[in-house]
Amino acid sequence: MQFLQKFTAFGKIKKDLRDMTPVEVMLRKARLHKGFKFGAGLLLIIAFLGVFGPMILNLSPYEQDLTRRLLPPVWIEGGVWDHWLGTDGNGRDYLARILFGARISIIIGVGAACIGMLIGVTLGVIAGFFGGWVDQVVNFILTCQLALPGLLLAMTIVFLVGPSIFVVIMVIGALHWTLFLVVARSATKRIRSLDYVTAAEAIGASKLQIMLTDILPNLMNQIVVIFTLEVGVAILSEASLSFLGVGIQPPTPSWGLLIAEGKDALFYQPWLIILPGIALFLLVVSINMMGDGIRDITDPESSVE
Amino acid sequence: MFRFIMSRLLVVVAVALTLSVVAFFLLNLAVDPAQAIAGEEADLLEIEQIRQRYGFDRPLITRYFEWFSGVLHGDFGVSYYWNKPVGELLLERLPETITLALMSLSVTILVAIPLGCAAALNPNTFIDRMALGVAVSAQAIPNFWLGLMLIILLAVIYPIFPVSGDKTLYHFILPAIVLGASSVPPVMRLMRTGLLEVMNADYIRTARSKGYYGWRLLLRHSLRNALLPVVSVLAVQLGHKFGGSVITESVFAINGLGRLALESILGADIPTVQILVFVFAFTFLALNLLADILNAYLDPRLRT
Repeated sequence: MQFLQKFTAFGKIKKDLRDMTPVEVMLRKARLHKGFKFGAGLLLIIAFLGVFGPMILNLSPYEQDLTRRLLPPVWIEGGVWDHWLGTDGNGRDYLARILFGARISIIIGVGAACIGMLIGVTLGVIAGFFGGWVDQVVNFILTCQLALPGLLLAMTIVFLVGPSIFVVIMVIGALHWTLFLVVARSATKRIRSLDYVTAAEAIGASKLQIMLTDILPNLMNQIVVIFTLEVGVAILSEASLSFLGVGIQPPTPSWGLLIAEGKDALFYQPWLIILPGIALFLLVVSINMMGDGIRDITDPESSVE
Repeated sequence: MFRFIMSRLLVVVAVALTLSVVAFFLLNLAVDPAQAIAGEEADLLEIEQIRQRYGFDRPLITRYFEWFSGVLHGDFGVSYYWNKPVGELLLERLPETITLALMSLSVTILVAIPLGCAAALNPNTFIDRMALGVAVSAQAIPNFWLGLMLIILLAVIYPIFPVSGDKTLYHFILPAIVLGASSVPPVMRLMRTGLLEVMNADYIRTARSKGYYGWRLLLRHSLRNALLPVVSVLAVQLGHKFGGSVITESVFAINGLGRLALESILGADIPTVQILVFVFAFTFLALNLLADILNAYLDPRLRT
């Protein structure tokens, strides 16, 4: 009897959920997910500061004032309120350079993740849909890509081709697609054997049509999760390249480049390194937390609590 | 077992061959080697002379086969930038990178495995959440920045460790922490989920009912099975450490393969760079093969 009571109670909760549309369920999960709210909120703040910050504060990241070089931030003795975070070795406002750096990081992160998604999802869907020798060929390409030393190759190509934002985006994107492929392939394999795909084939839909209209929309949840996490990976890759001097070139303020420029002042002006590093860390943490959150939210198995 | 190893070996050879082609053609098409040797200001005549002297005027395919047969015979070519055989350069720099890779792997093992165990044995507690926090942070901290922070904190403010260099093993401690930290999140997560799964298995319940508990249960029964997937991931991570040595070695001024790679790239020294790409890729493949064999040896269920 007790068992029956539990069962009906359980059924009742289920029914409440069933009344909601999938979008409503997701929104409710998003509202209750602390990690997602924190990550998304932090990301929004960083993006807002990066886009509108320099305009509101009326600061230029390129304007030099050689009489005011290497000023410390305001909370350290010697800092002035004109430059909240001090100035760099050329007397440029450090706050403006860090805020501008957010734009560079986000543009490159999103751009590179888009390129990676294009390559990985295309190969993954084709491999999962056709299977057989096509799958084996794709698997071989995947093994080759995994074995390549990504950073080393990226450095070489960017240096030889000539560094620019566009080249950096293309190179990082072209080297970060393996996760997209693996996820898209396994999901496509699973969906391919479902009845509605067979039905679509039976009524004469072309293979391309099935891949685009029946399979691709159902991969979206998982791809969005990978996309978010890959944005974080791409941002860190760009910072590494710029730090090593084979990425974004001066005077463009990239966070990796700011850290490289501050490296010589390690002993006397450590904030030149600490501040852009914190910015980089916060941006990547917020993106990763949002990605983990989206994974939980879009997973139909996860609980609502 | 023999057939398993042979089939894996075949894949490794095929991938290595493909990568040698990719590395050679990508680099030789992206830049004109004669121009790179002659420098920016050289006139066309000079470049043409160099092109003929080094044989760059011959078709790329001929040069590829020449290069690759040289590699198979142990002749890695001559570096234009260092004016030395590339093989000699590699041997000079190899010990530093191997020391760094092995030490950072030890750091990963010493941090990630106890942390993963602690998290799995106390799921959804403060310890579990702290371990997750460590993983999330380690994933988001840029490697080179962590290195610089450790230098500021532990070499400048509190001068416990040397700032940079590679003279003694003591010099390798900070770099090993930096390079090791990047592998902590995946290893820790795998350890945690693996151990959680094993702890719910039937044979653990049997062991519990026989009176095993605590450390003895962990060490004699559950850890052995939970470590299986971790072993193969550690081998993969060791492969990543060779490639990842580029950043760490340049931050800490260690004269290893990673720094050689950076300096060769900046000097447009194609013979050295293409060998390094190939060597790193081959190391990764070999370690993966080793992991597969080790796993099949440890876990008979995987032998196919």
